[in-house]
Amino acid sequence: MTTTSASRAIDARDLTKTYKGGVHALNGLSFAVAPGTIFALLGPNGAGKSTTVKILTTLSQPTSGTATVAGHDVGKHPDQVRRAIGSVAQRSGVDRQATGRENLTLQGELYGLRGRDLTVRVNDLLDRFGLTAAADRSARTYSGGMERRLAIAMGLVHRPQVLFLDEPTSGLDPEIRADMWAEIARLAREEGLTILLTTHSMDEADQLAQRLAIVDQGRIVVEGTPDQLKGELRGDALQIQLGAPAPNGEVHAALDRVPGLREITLDGATLRARADNAATAVPPLLSALDAAGAPVASVTIARPSLDDVYLRYAGRAYRAAGTEGAAQ
Amino acid sequence: MATTLDHTWFMSRRHLRALVRQPAYIGITIVQPVVWLFLFGSLFKRIVEIPGFGAGNYIEFLTPGVIVMSALFSNGWSGMTIIEDIDAGVMDRFLVTPASRGSIMNGLLVQQAVIDVIQALIMVGIAIAMGARFAGGIVGVIVTIVAGILLGLSFSSFSNALAPLLRTRESVIGIVQFVTLPATFLSGAVMQPSLAPGWIQTIARYNPVNWAVLAGREALGSNPDWSFIGIRLLALLILAVACTTLSTLTFRAYQRAV
Ligand SMILES: Nc1ncnc2c1ncn2[C@@H]1O[C@H](COP(=O)(O)OP(=O)(O)OP(=O)(O)O)[C@@H](O)[C@H]1O
Ligand SMILES: [Mg+2]
Repeated sequence: MTTTSASRAIDARDLTKTYKGGVHALNGLSFAVAPGTIFALLGPNGAGKSTTVKILTTLSQPTSGTATVAGHDVGKHPDQVRRAIGSVAQRSGVDRQATGRENLTLQGELYGLRGRDLTVRVNDLLDRFGLTAAADRSARTYSGGMERRLAIAMGLVHRPQVLFLDEPTSGLDPEIRADMWAEIARLAREEGLTILLTTHSMDEADQLAQRLAIVDQGRIVVEGTPDQLKGELRGDALQIQLGAPAPNGEVHAALDRVPGLREITLDGATLRARADNAATAVPPLLSALDAAGAPVASVTIARPSLDDVYLRYAGRAYRAAGTEGAAQ
Repeated sequence: MATTLDHTWFMSRRHLRALVRQPAYIGITIVQPVVWLFLFGSLFKRIVEIPGFGAGNYIEFLTPGVIVMSALFSNGWSGMTIIEDIDAGVMDRFLVTPASRGSIMNGLLVQQAVIDVIQALIMVGIAIAMGARFAGGIVGVIVTIVAGILLGLSFSSFSNALAPLLRTRESVIGIVQFVTLPATFLSGAVMQPSLAPGWIQTIARYNPVNWAVLAGREALGSNPDWSFIGIRLLALLILAVACTTLSTLTFRAYQRAV
């Protein structure tokens, strides 16, 4: 007997996607999302987040693997999936020549809403997303935040069960971003919506998601609740900036003698490690490095963050992975 | 089916609204054919005096030619909307809704057909004001418009077929313009092909622009030969179906590549 998908709003299994030209965007990606929860896919540029969303929203077909959304198979019953989901893509898809109201109305009509039901729904959404005053202005005149709110309102017009938000807050200022977080959290909490969001921001995943998965090079490298993932990283994170890049072997040899120090990685002149208690580990660490001829320029101590989770599971610093992705 | 019709209306309304909001575009759409009518009308006014030209009034001769030519020119732009919609993510948004896939293309074709009709009516009005008299009457005007629309459907579908493949404005417009001018002048739009060199006459015979012009001109004249008109309209219809099919195929190719 196979597991029923009834208890899963989203169930992706072994998805792979090879684009024309041979880019392996997904390399066997699997995850599941429980109904009424927010799930975050976190990863650097080019990790495969948007590709995953495109497959789950029926826009794109996987090269192999299967997925169900709201209990419907995305490959076999795309029409049923489409009726059950709302999707706000990375490029919002707002028609900038039309007004906010016209955008929402057309979206509703495509899902079969008509007449008074449609008018009422459109007005409600305009009101809820603070767009009533701008409703009859061309969307070209909207600020980035307004356009994003309109796009989300459009994704909700037919009361979907599952909402996909591909980087819902990228490019928004901190204040607008906080409002957006509040709205997204409310949708799941009060309306029982299942939300899959993608993000580059550890903060965002930490704040919003009940569960998150880190995606790197088309696979999920780790998955869990934000607390679980942070909890697995016992102790404090140390980041030590050396005066100059030092040979790996010598640094490791020197640090092996420092008690309580784990997970030592050296990346050029940046040394990272973990310690149960940073305060007691730092003095012997400094003298060991000094003795090894690798003088220290600065030391930073941080409580575990999702950044560290990323570092640990993707095996490289988040930002470094991001620039690699962007350079592809 | 009902959904496709409904959705075609929603999509057409979207495009027509966008059109109405661009006064400059509307202005050009109206002024350009008028300018052609005056320009060619004055330039070639005395061409009818050439022995064997076979028409008494050049404006009467020219009107169906310019109507078809305008349809060709404006329909070539159709693919631009597809490129804009793809770039803005509007296309992908429609594709994840239950929107009827056919309605996405249909909406563009309806928009173009509306432009064709408006341009044609303006030109007929101006031609009459310039002294032209069409023996074929209302029926002749309708046939000319239908011929223009059928040719326009083919050409906008050609442009729509290029857009998802080439994905840049420059390349689509480049190809469209490469086709437009020769297609116009290798037809009987402004000139009697029987007076042109033999090779032009041969090309004109297979040129759909010429089919549309001849069908319209015949219908606007006295005692039209309906089988002559019917065959040309049928050929234009077949071409339109072929071109829309082609645009559907390239659109599917786009959907597979996202
Ligand atoms: N339509 C496409 N054709 C070819 N390659 C593509 C296409 N879309 C994405 N890719 C490639 O697939 C890989 C994954 O891209 P994807 O857009 O899924 O990443 P992402 O995680 O969403 O990145 P970002 O954070 O930058 O949005 C990248 O290498 C990208 O260049
Ligand atoms: Mg993306």
